Amino acid sequence: MSTELAGDRPAAGPPGVEPMAPRRFRVRRVTREIHDTVTLDIEPSDQAEEFSFAAGQFNMLYLFGLGEVPISISSDPAHLRVLAHTVRAVGPVTNALCRLKRGQVLGVRGPFGSCWPVREAVGGDVVIVAGGIGLAPLRPVLYHLLGHRDQYGRIALLYGARTPNDRLYERELSRWRGRFDVQIEATVDTAVAGDEWRGHVGVVTTLIPRAEFDPAETIAVICGPEVMMRFTIEDLQKRGLTSDRIYLSMERNMKCAIGLCGHCQFGPTFVCKDGPVFRYDRIAPLLKVREL
Amino acid sequence: MQTLEAVLAEHAFFRDLPHDDLQLIAGCGSNVRFPGGARLFHEGDPADRFFLIRHGKVALEIGSPERGRVVIQTLGAGDLLGWSWLVPPYRMSCDARAVELTRATAFDGACIRRKCEADPRLGYELLKRFAQVIGQRLRATRLQLLDVYGTRG
Repeated sequence: MSTELAGDRPAAGPPGVEPMAPRRFRVRRVTREIHDTVTLDIEPSDQAEEFSFAAGQFNMLYLFGLGEVPISISSDPAHLRVLAHTVRAVGPVTNALCRLKRGQVLGVRGPFGSCWPVREAVGGDVVIVAGGIGLAPLRPVLYHLLGHRDQYGRIALLYGARTPNDRLYERELSRWRGRFDVQIEATVDTAVAGDEWRGHVGVVTTLIPRAEFDPAETIAVICGPEVMMRFTIEDLQKRGLTSDRIYLSMERNMKCAIGLCGHCQFGPTFVCKDGPVFRYDRIAPLLKVREL
Repeated sequence: MQTLEAVLAEHAFFRDLPHDDLQLIAGCGSNVRFPGGARLFHEGDPADRFFLIRHGKVALEIGSPERGRVVIQTLGAGDLLGWSWLVPPYRMSCDARAVELTRATAFDGACIRRKCEADPRLGYELLKRFAQVIGQRLRATRLQLLDVYGTRG
Protein backbone atom coordinates (compact mmCIF):
# COMPACT_ATOMS: atom_id res chain seq x y z
CA MET A 1 0.00 0.00 0.00
CA SER A 2 1.24 3.47 -0.84
CA THR A 3 2.08 5.93 1.87
CA GLU A 4 2.70 8.68 -0.70
CA LEU A 5 -0.87 9.84 -0.34
CA ALA A 6 -0.77 10.53 3.35
CA GLY A 7 -0.77 13.88 5.12
CA ASP A 8 1.54 14.42 8.08
CA ARG A 9 2.35 11.04 9.59
CA PRO A 10 3.08 10.73 13.28
CA ALA A 11 3.84 7.23 14.59
CA ALA A 12 0.77 5.01 15.13
CA GLY A 13 0.27 4.60 18.87
CA PRO A 14 2.72 5.29 21.64
CA PRO A 15 6.13 3.55 21.44
CA GLY A 16 6.28 0.14 23.06
CA VAL A 17 2.52 -0.30 23.20
CA GLU A 18 0.88 -3.19 21.36
CA PRO A 19 -1.44 -1.40 18.88
CA MET A 20 -4.17 -4.05 19.04
CA ALA A 21 -4.38 -4.13 22.85
CA PRO A 22 -6.76 -1.57 24.37
CA ARG A 23 -5.66 0.36 27.45
CA ARG A 24 -8.11 1.13 30.23
CA PHE A 25 -9.36 4.70 30.44
CA ARG A 26 -11.87 6.16 32.87
CA VAL A 27 -14.56 8.73 32.07
CA ARG A 28 -13.78 11.95 33.88
CA ARG A 29 -16.56 14.14 32.52
CA VAL A 30 -19.50 13.86 30.14
CA THR A 31 -20.72 17.01 28.37
CA ARG A 32 -23.95 16.84 26.39
CA GLU A 33 -23.27 18.99 23.33
CA ILE A 34 -26.56 18.53 21.46
CA HIS A 35 -29.45 16.07 21.65
CA ASP A 36 -27.57 13.11 20.13
CA THR A 37 -23.95 14.06 20.77
CA VAL A 38 -21.74 14.07 23.85
CA THR A 39 -18.13 14.86 24.58
CA LEU A 40 -16.36 12.32 26.76
CA ASP A 41 -13.32 13.53 28.69
CA ILE A 42 -11.31 10.44 29.56
CA GLU A 43 -8.04 9.79 31.39
CA PRO A 44 -5.81 6.71 31.73
CA SER A 45 -6.82 4.43 34.60
CA ASP A 46 -3.13 4.34 35.43
CA GLN A 47 -2.76 7.95 36.59
CA ALA A 48 0.97 7.98 35.79
CA GLU A 49 0.35 7.37 32.12
CA GLU A 50 0.43 10.25 29.66
CA PHE A 51 -1.00 10.29 26.18
CA SER A 52 0.24 12.37 23.26
CA PHE A 53 -1.41 12.82 19.91
CA ALA A 54 -1.39 15.16 16.94
CA ALA A 55 -4.39 17.18 15.76
CA GLY A 56 -6.42 15.05 13.35
CA GLN A 57 -5.60 11.64 14.80
CA PHE A 58 -8.22 9.23 16.12
CA ASN A 59 -8.57 6.54 18.76
CA MET A 60 -10.46 3.26 18.72
CA LEU A 61 -12.87 3.40 21.67
CA TYR A 62 -13.87 -0.03 22.96
CA LEU A 63 -16.85 -0.86 25.12
CA PHE A 64 -16.22 -4.27 26.60
CA GLY A 65 -18.52 -6.91 25.16
CA LEU A 66 -20.16 -4.47 22.77
CA GLY A 67 -17.64 -3.33 20.21
CA GLU A 68 -15.16 -0.74 19.06
CA VAL A 69 -15.49 2.45 17.01
CA PRO A 70 -13.02 4.99 15.60
CA ILE A 71 -13.51 8.44 17.12
CA SER A 72 -11.38 11.53 16.42
CA ILE A 73 -9.68 13.16 19.35
CA SER A 74 -11.24 16.57 19.89
CA SER A 75 -9.15 17.99 22.74
CA ASP A 76 -6.09 20.22 22.88
CA PRO A 77 -2.95 18.31 21.79
CA ALA A 78 -0.99 20.29 24.39
CA HIS A 79 -2.97 18.68 27.22
CA LEU A 80 -1.57 15.23 27.83
CA ARG A 81 -3.61 14.10 30.84
CA VAL A 82 -7.18 14.24 29.58
CA LEU A 83 -8.46 13.31 26.12
CA ALA A 84 -11.78 14.46 24.69
CA HIS A 85 -13.82 12.56 22.13
CA THR A 86 -17.04 13.98 20.74
CA VAL A 87 -19.39 11.11 19.92
CA ARG A 88 -22.64 11.15 17.99
CA ALA A 89 -25.11 8.36 18.77
CA VAL A 90 -25.69 6.64 15.44
CA GLY A 91 -25.22 2.91 16.17
CA PRO A 92 -25.11 0.41 19.04
CA VAL A 93 -21.57 1.26 20.21
CA THR A 94 -21.88 5.04 19.86
CA ASN A 95 -25.30 4.95 21.55
CA ALA A 96 -23.72 3.12 24.49
CA LEU A 97 -20.75 5.53 24.51
CA CYS A 98 -23.20 8.42 24.74
CA ARG A 99 -24.77 6.79 27.81
CA LEU A 100 -21.46 6.45 29.71
CA LYS A 101 -21.28 8.08 33.14
CA ARG A 102 -18.42 9.61 35.06
CA GLY A 103 -16.12 6.93 36.48
CA GLN A 104 -17.02 4.19 33.99
CA VAL A 105 -14.21 2.42 32.16
CA LEU A 106 -13.64 1.92 28.45
CA GLY A 107 -10.82 0.58 26.32
CA VAL A 108 -8.70 2.83 24.11
CA ARG A 109 -6.33 1.97 21.27
CA GLY A 110 -4.39 4.69 19.53
CA PRO A 111 -3.70 7.32 18.53
CA PHE A 112 -3.80 6.36 14.88
CA GLY A 113 -3.59 8.01 11.49
CA SER A 114 -2.18 11.11 9.85
CA CYS A 115 -2.68 14.62 11.19
CA TRP A 116 -3.59 18.11 10.05
CA PRO A 117 -0.71 20.10 8.49
CA VAL A 118 -0.20 22.62 11.29
CA ARG A 119 3.56 22.73 10.64
CA GLU A 120 3.16 23.39 6.89
CA ALA A 121 0.75 26.19 7.72
CA VAL A 122 3.25 28.14 9.85
CA GLY A 123 3.75 31.66 8.52
CA GLY A 124 0.58 31.70 6.43
CA ASP A 125 -3.18 32.01 6.76
CA VAL A 126 -5.36 29.07 7.77
CA VAL A 127 -8.97 28.46 6.75
CA ILE A 128 -10.84 25.80 8.70
CA VAL A 129 -14.11 24.58 7.18
CA ALA A 130 -16.22 22.27 9.33
CA GLY A 131 -19.63 20.74 8.73
CA GLY A 132 -21.72 19.15 11.48
CA ILE A 133 -19.73 16.86 13.74
CA GLY A 134 -16.75 17.50 11.45
CA LEU A 135 -15.91 20.33 13.82
CA ALA A 136 -14.72 17.78 16.41
CA PRO A 137 -11.60 16.57 14.54
CA LEU A 138 -10.80 20.19 13.69
CA ARG A 139 -11.09 21.59 17.20
CA PRO A 140 -7.53 20.45 18.08
CA VAL A 141 -6.28 22.46 15.08
CA LEU A 142 -7.88 25.59 16.43
CA TYR A 143 -6.48 24.91 19.91
CA HIS A 144 -3.03 24.52 18.38
CA LEU A 145 -3.27 27.64 16.20
CA LEU A 146 -4.53 29.79 19.05
CA GLY A 147 -1.88 28.32 21.36
CA HIS A 148 0.82 29.35 18.86
CA ARG A 149 -0.97 32.44 17.56
CA ASP A 150 2.15 34.43 16.64
CA GLN A 151 3.28 31.71 14.21
CA TYR A 152 0.28 32.09 11.89
CA GLY A 153 -1.32 34.79 9.77
CA ARG A 154 -5.08 35.16 9.59
CA ILE A 155 -7.21 32.32 10.93
CA ALA A 156 -10.79 31.76 9.81
CA LEU A 157 -13.19 29.10 11.06
CA LEU A 158 -16.25 28.53 8.86
CA TYR A 159 -18.71 26.23 10.56
CA GLY A 160 -21.98 24.88 9.21
CA ALA A 161 -24.60 22.93 11.14
CA ARG A 162 -28.03 21.60 10.25
CA THR A 163 -30.09 23.89 12.53
CA PRO A 164 -29.29 26.28 15.40
CA ASN A 165 -29.92 23.39 17.83
CA ASP A 166 -27.29 21.25 16.15
CA ARG A 167 -24.28 23.48 16.78
CA LEU A 168 -21.36 21.95 18.70
CA TYR A 169 -19.17 23.70 21.27
CA GLU A 170 -21.47 26.71 21.40
CA ARG A 171 -19.84 28.25 24.46
CA GLU A 172 -16.35 27.87 23.07
CA LEU A 173 -17.34 29.30 19.68
CA SER A 174 -18.85 32.27 21.44
CA ARG A 175 -15.62 32.80 23.40
CA TRP A 176 -13.47 32.56 20.26
CA ARG A 177 -15.82 34.96 18.47
CA GLY A 178 -14.88 37.55 21.09
CA ARG A 179 -11.23 37.42 20.05
CA PHE A 180 -9.92 39.91 17.53
CA ASP A 181 -7.29 37.59 16.11
CA VAL A 182 -9.56 34.89 14.69
CA GLN A 183 -12.53 35.09 12.32
CA ILE A 184 -15.37 32.82 13.42
CA GLU A 185 -18.30 32.46 11.00
CA ALA A 186 -21.17 30.08 11.68
CA THR A 187 -24.19 29.19 9.59
CA VAL A 188 -27.09 26.78 9.73
CA ASP A 189 -28.75 25.07 6.77
CA THR A 190 -32.23 26.11 7.89
CA ALA A 191 -33.86 27.86 10.83
CA VAL A 192 -37.42 28.42 11.94
CA ALA A 193 -38.49 32.01 11.32
CA GLY A 194 -38.91 33.97 14.50
CA ASP A 195 -36.76 31.76 16.74
CA GLU A 196 -33.79 33.20 18.59
CA TRP A 197 -31.20 32.42 15.87
CA ARG A 198 -30.10 35.71 14.36
CA GLY A 199 -27.03 34.42 12.58
CA HIS A 200 -26.40 33.36 9.03
CA VAL A 201 -28.65 30.83 7.25
CA GLY A 202 -27.32 28.95 4.24
CA VAL A 203 -24.95 26.08 3.54
CA VAL A 204 -21.37 26.34 4.79
CA THR A 205 -20.03 27.15 1.33
CA THR A 206 -21.89 30.47 1.42
CA LEU A 207 -19.43 31.56 4.12
CA ILE A 208 -16.37 31.10 1.90
CA PRO A 209 -16.64 34.54 0.21
CA ARG A 210 -16.55 36.11 3.70
CA ALA A 211 -13.30 34.45 4.80
CA GLU A 212 -10.28 36.72 4.81
CA PHE A 213 -7.15 35.01 3.46
CA ASP A 214 -4.43 35.24 0.86
CA PRO A 215 -4.90 32.16 -1.35
CA ALA A 216 -1.20 31.97 -2.23
CA GLU A 217 -0.25 31.75 1.45
CA THR A 218 -3.15 29.74 2.85
CA ILE A 219 -3.68 26.19 4.01
CA ALA A 220 -7.32 25.05 4.14
CA VAL A 221 -8.44 22.13 6.28
CA ILE A 222 -11.88 20.62 5.79
CA CYS A 223 -13.92 18.04 7.64
CA GLY A 224 -17.55 17.09 7.19
CA PRO A 225 -19.76 14.90 5.02
CA GLU A 226 -17.99 14.00 1.78
CA VAL A 227 -20.41 15.89 -0.47
CA MET A 228 -20.02 19.01 1.69
CA MET A 229 -16.23 18.73 1.36
CA ARG A 230 -16.56 18.40 -2.43
CA PHE A 231 -18.64 21.58 -2.70
CA THR A 232 -16.28 23.37 -0.31
CA ILE A 233 -13.19 22.42 -2.32
CA GLU A 234 -14.77 23.79 -5.51
CA ASP A 235 -15.54 27.11 -3.84
CA LEU A 236 -12.08 27.38 -2.25
CA GLN A 237 -10.56 26.76 -5.66
CA LYS A 238 -12.72 29.56 -7.07
CA ARG A 239 -11.12 31.80 -4.45
CA GLY A 240 -7.72 30.83 -5.85
CA LEU A 241 -6.60 28.07 -3.50
CA THR A 242 -4.61 25.35 -5.25
CA SER A 243 -5.25 21.64 -4.61
CA ASP A 244 -1.94 21.17 -2.80
CA ARG A 245 -3.03 23.67 -0.15
CA ILE A 246 -6.26 21.86 0.70
CA TYR A 247 -6.45 19.03 3.24
CA LEU A 248 -9.45 16.94 4.14
CA SER A 249 -10.30 14.20 6.59
CA MET A 250 -11.84 11.10 5.07
CA GLU A 251 -14.19 8.70 6.77
CA ARG A 252 -14.47 4.99 6.02
CA ASN A 253 -15.39 1.90 8.01
CA MET A 254 -12.24 1.48 10.14
CA LYS A 255 -11.78 -1.72 12.14
CA CYS A 256 -8.16 -2.65 12.91
CA ALA A 257 -6.80 0.94 12.57
CA ILE A 258 -3.36 -0.31 11.55
CA GLY A 259 -3.86 -1.09 7.88
CA LEU A 260 -4.29 -4.85 8.13
CA CYS A 261 -7.96 -5.71 7.80
CA GLY A 262 -8.77 -3.69 4.67
CA HIS A 263 -12.21 -2.50 5.80
CA CYS A 264 -11.29 1.16 5.22
CA GLN A 265 -9.59 0.65 1.89
CA PHE A 266 -9.89 3.73 -0.30
CA GLY A 267 -8.35 2.96 -3.70
CA PRO A 268 -4.67 2.21 -3.09
CA THR A 269 -4.79 3.56 0.47
CA PHE A 270 -6.11 2.62 3.87
CA VAL A 271 -7.88 5.52 5.54
CA CYS A 272 -6.83 4.34 9.02
CA LYS A 273 -3.13 4.18 8.19
CA ASP A 274 -2.56 6.57 5.27
CA GLY A 275 -5.30 8.96 6.41
CA PRO A 276 -7.66 10.07 7.74
CA VAL A 277 -6.11 13.42 6.76
CA PHE A 278 -5.15 13.58 3.10
CA ARG A 279 -3.83 16.36 0.92
CA TYR A 280 -6.52 16.93 -1.69
CA ASP A 281 -4.37 16.79 -4.82
CA ARG A 282 -3.20 13.32 -3.77
CA ILE A 283 -6.67 11.79 -3.57
CA ALA A 284 -8.67 13.97 -5.97
CA PRO A 285 -8.98 11.20 -8.63
CA LEU A 286 -10.22 8.75 -5.97
CA LEU A 287 -12.99 11.11 -4.89
CA LYS A 288 -14.40 11.04 -8.41
CA VAL A 289 -14.87 7.26 -8.31
CA ARG A 290 -18.42 6.39 -7.32
CA GLU A 291 -18.93 4.25 -4.23
CA LEU A 292 -15.20 3.83 -3.68
CA MET B 1 -21.52 61.98 -0.97
CA GLN B 2 -21.05 59.03 -3.33
CA THR B 3 -23.30 58.85 -6.38
CA LEU B 4 -25.25 55.66 -7.04
CA GLU B 5 -23.12 55.03 -10.13
CA ALA B 6 -19.99 55.14 -8.00
CA VAL B 7 -21.53 52.72 -5.49
CA LEU B 8 -22.46 50.32 -8.30
CA ALA B 9 -19.02 50.56 -9.89
CA GLU B 10 -17.43 49.36 -6.64
CA HIS B 11 -19.72 46.37 -6.31
CA ALA B 12 -18.47 43.00 -7.58
CA PHE B 13 -21.73 42.32 -9.43
CA PHE B 14 -21.40 45.43 -11.62
CA ARG B 15 -17.60 45.34 -11.89
CA ASP B 16 -16.14 46.37 -15.27
CA LEU B 17 -19.47 47.53 -16.70
CA PRO B 18 -18.99 50.63 -18.91
CA HIS B 19 -19.86 53.95 -17.33
CA ASP B 20 -22.84 54.42 -19.69
CA ASP B 21 -24.32 51.10 -18.56
CA LEU B 22 -23.89 52.01 -14.91
CA GLN B 23 -25.62 55.30 -15.61
CA LEU B 24 -28.57 53.52 -17.23
CA ILE B 25 -28.87 51.06 -14.34
CA ALA B 26 -28.47 53.73 -11.67
CA GLY B 27 -31.33 55.61 -13.35
CA CYS B 28 -33.65 52.80 -12.25
CA GLY B 29 -32.36 52.66 -8.65
CA SER B 30 -33.20 54.36 -5.39
CA ASN B 31 -32.02 53.94 -1.82
CA VAL B 32 -34.39 52.21 0.59
CA ARG B 33 -34.34 51.37 4.32
CA PHE B 34 -36.16 48.62 6.20
CA PRO B 35 -36.36 48.42 10.00
CA GLY B 36 -35.75 45.03 11.64
CA GLY B 37 -38.79 42.75 11.14
CA ALA B 38 -40.11 44.62 8.07
CA ARG B 39 -41.27 42.61 5.07
CA LEU B 40 -39.53 43.45 1.82
CA PHE B 41 -41.92 41.27 -0.16
CA HIS B 42 -44.16 38.20 0.06
CA GLU B 43 -44.12 35.03 -2.02
CA GLY B 44 -46.34 35.56 -5.07
CA ASP B 45 -46.03 39.37 -5.01
CA PRO B 46 -45.32 41.03 -8.35
CA ALA B 47 -41.54 40.89 -8.81
CA ASP B 48 -41.11 44.53 -9.73
CA ARG B 49 -37.84 45.14 -7.86
CA PHE B 50 -34.48 43.69 -6.96
CA PHE B 51 -32.14 44.89 -4.25
CA LEU B 52 -28.46 45.41 -3.69
CA ILE B 53 -28.04 45.10 0.08
CA ARG B 54 -25.64 47.69 1.44
CA HIS B 55 -26.01 47.09 5.16
CA GLY B 56 -27.92 44.70 7.41
CA LYS B 57 -29.38 41.26 6.89
CA VAL B 58 -32.41 39.85 5.05
CA ALA B 59 -33.95 36.41 5.64
CA LEU B 60 -35.58 34.50 2.79
CA GLU B 61 -38.46 32.39 4.08
CA ILE B 62 -40.88 29.81 2.78
CA GLY B 63 -43.89 28.22 4.47
CA SER B 64 -43.71 24.58 5.50
CA PRO B 65 -46.79 22.70 6.77
CA GLU B 66 -44.70 20.83 9.35
CA ARG B 67 -42.31 23.51 10.53
CA GLY B 68 -44.17 26.75 9.90
CA ARG B 69 -42.10 29.52 8.35
CA VAL B 70 -38.59 28.32 7.59
CA VAL B 71 -35.61 30.56 6.87
CA ILE B 72 -33.80 29.03 3.92
CA GLN B 73 -31.14 31.69 3.44
CA THR B 74 -29.91 34.98 4.79
CA LEU B 75 -28.31 37.65 2.65
CA GLY B 76 -26.11 40.45 3.90
CA ALA B 77 -24.10 43.47 2.83
CA GLY B 78 -22.92 43.14 -0.75
CA ASP B 79 -25.45 40.47 -1.68
CA LEU B 80 -27.98 40.76 -4.46
CA LEU B 81 -31.60 39.99 -3.59
CA GLY B 82 -34.20 39.07 -6.20
CA TRP B 83 -34.06 37.69 -9.72
CA SER B 84 -37.74 37.00 -10.40
CA TRP B 85 -38.12 40.43 -12.02
CA LEU B 86 -36.06 39.07 -14.90
CA VAL B 87 -38.25 36.16 -16.02
CA PRO B 88 -42.01 35.70 -16.46
CA PRO B 89 -44.35 35.48 -14.67
CA TYR B 90 -42.47 38.13 -12.64
CA ARG B 91 -43.62 36.85 -9.24
CA MET B 92 -41.53 36.63 -6.05
CA SER B 93 -40.62 33.02 -5.21
CA CYS B 94 -40.34 33.43 -1.42
CA ASP B 95 -40.85 35.91 1.42
CA ALA B 96 -38.11 38.34 2.40
CA ARG B 97 -37.86 39.90 5.86
CA ALA B 98 -35.29 42.30 7.29
CA VAL B 99 -33.66 40.56 10.26
CA GLU B 100 -32.19 43.88 11.40
CA LEU B 101 -32.07 47.43 10.13
CA THR B 102 -31.26 47.02 6.45
CA ARG B 103 -30.22 49.59 3.90
CA ALA B 104 -30.30 48.69 0.23
CA THR B 105 -30.52 50.06 -3.25
CA ALA B 106 -33.77 48.99 -4.89
CA PHE B 107 -33.95 48.72 -8.67
CA ASP B 108 -37.16 48.99 -10.64
CA GLY B 109 -37.36 45.71 -12.57
CA ALA B 110 -39.66 47.00 -15.32
CA CYS B 111 -37.42 50.01 -15.86
CA ILE B 112 -34.31 47.79 -16.23
CA ARG B 113 -36.16 45.37 -18.48
CA ARG B 114 -37.16 48.21 -20.81
CA LYS B 115 -33.56 49.37 -21.05
CA CYS B 116 -32.39 45.82 -21.69
CA GLU B 117 -34.96 45.34 -24.48
CA ALA B 118 -33.74 48.56 -26.04
CA ASP B 119 -30.07 47.59 -25.68
CA PRO B 120 -29.66 43.79 -26.07
CA ARG B 121 -25.92 44.02 -25.37
CA LEU B 122 -26.65 45.44 -21.91
CA GLY B 123 -29.44 42.90 -21.52
CA TYR B 124 -27.14 39.99 -22.32
CA GLU B 125 -24.44 41.32 -19.99
CA LEU B 126 -26.87 41.63 -17.09
CA LEU B 127 -28.42 38.26 -17.88
CA LYS B 128 -24.99 36.59 -17.70
CA ARG B 129 -24.33 38.18 -14.32
CA PHE B 130 -27.73 37.26 -12.90
CA ALA B 131 -27.35 33.72 -14.27
CA GLN B 132 -24.20 33.37 -12.17
CA VAL B 133 -26.07 34.45 -9.03
CA ILE B 134 -28.96 32.10 -9.83
CA GLY B 135 -26.46 29.28 -10.47
CA GLN B 136 -24.77 29.84 -7.11
CA ARG B 137 -28.12 29.85 -5.32
CA LEU B 138 -29.21 26.68 -7.15
CA ARG B 139 -25.96 24.96 -6.18
CA ALA B 140 -26.37 25.95 -2.53
CA THR B 141 -29.98 24.75 -2.60
CA ARG B 142 -28.87 21.36 -3.93
CA LEU B 143 -26.43 20.97 -1.04
CA GLN B 144 -29.16 22.08 1.35
CA LEU B 145 -31.56 19.51 -0.13
CA LEU B 146 -29.09 16.72 0.51
CA ASP B 147 -29.44 17.44 4.23
CA VAL B 148 -25.90 16.17 4.67
CA TYR B 149 -25.79 16.51 8.45
CA GLY B 150 -28.97 14.51 9.04
CA THR B 151 -29.15 10.89 10.12
CA ARG B 152 -30.93 8.36 7.97
CA GLY B 153 -33.93 7.33 10.05
